[in-house]
Amino acid sequence: MPRKRTPRKIVEPPKFKGFRPYGCNNDSAKGEVELLYEEYEAIKLADYDGMSHHEACVLMGISRPTFARIYESARRKVAAALVEVKSIKSVYGNASLEGNWFKCTKCFNLFTIPSPGTKMACPICKFEEIENINKSKRI
Amino acid sequence: MKTVITASSADVESKMDPRFGRCAFFCLYNDEDGQTTFIKNQFKDAQGGAGTKVSEMILSMGVNRVISGDFGPKAKEMLDKFKVQLVKIQDDQKTIKEIISSLA
Repeated sequence: MPRKRTPRKIVEPPKFKGFRPYGCNNDSAKGEVELLYEEYEAIKLADYDGMSHHEACVLMGISRPTFARIYESARRKVAAALVEVKSIKSVYGNASLEGNWFKCTKCFNLFTIPSPGTKMACPICKFEEIENINKSKRI
Repeated sequence: MKTVITASSADVESKMDPRFGRCAFFCLYNDEDGQTTFIKNQFKDAQGGAGTKVSEMILSMGVNRVISGDFGPKAKEMLDKFKVQLVKIQDDQKTIKEIISSLA
């Protein structure tokens, strides 16, 4: 049995469900490529945010070679979609959504703050010095 | 406010279960009257989708906070959507009693 895939951390999932080509002959626009969340994230980090592969792999919680492989496959899929006039569909993949986790600086437990009105304190030890782990990692 | 803690057996002295969807028991704690109720996890050995099924069950009970060791991506997505607070306890040797006393 192969080793389990490390979940790839994603800060924000893509805001679209897909892209479709337009202005082409309807017969030629057929089929779709499945762009995984982690591939979208790889393109975003490396090409949009202009990060090096090393910085990006740390953010996603994977090794640099793994990041390079995901990025490579993402570029190939986008290129295939453009050249072969296919639509792009975003698919969940092996992602783990890294949304709004906070860490208590005293007991180190992780927790979420679901609604903005909630008190910004650790639910376990009531300590008020907490940090957003996503923001601290991004620096 | 209702809190669910994942438990390894139906006893307040037992340890917290670090898994969410496949824990043995749920300890439902109500901090208004201080009562604890233990519920057996019927999805413990489910083929798949244990996290989703357990999340549905927890949402139907009107729980505001879930304490466990870790959450899968689907369970987290679902519980986030319904504004349930998630807490990941890093020290998995803690007992249910210790967690409840720290909540009070």
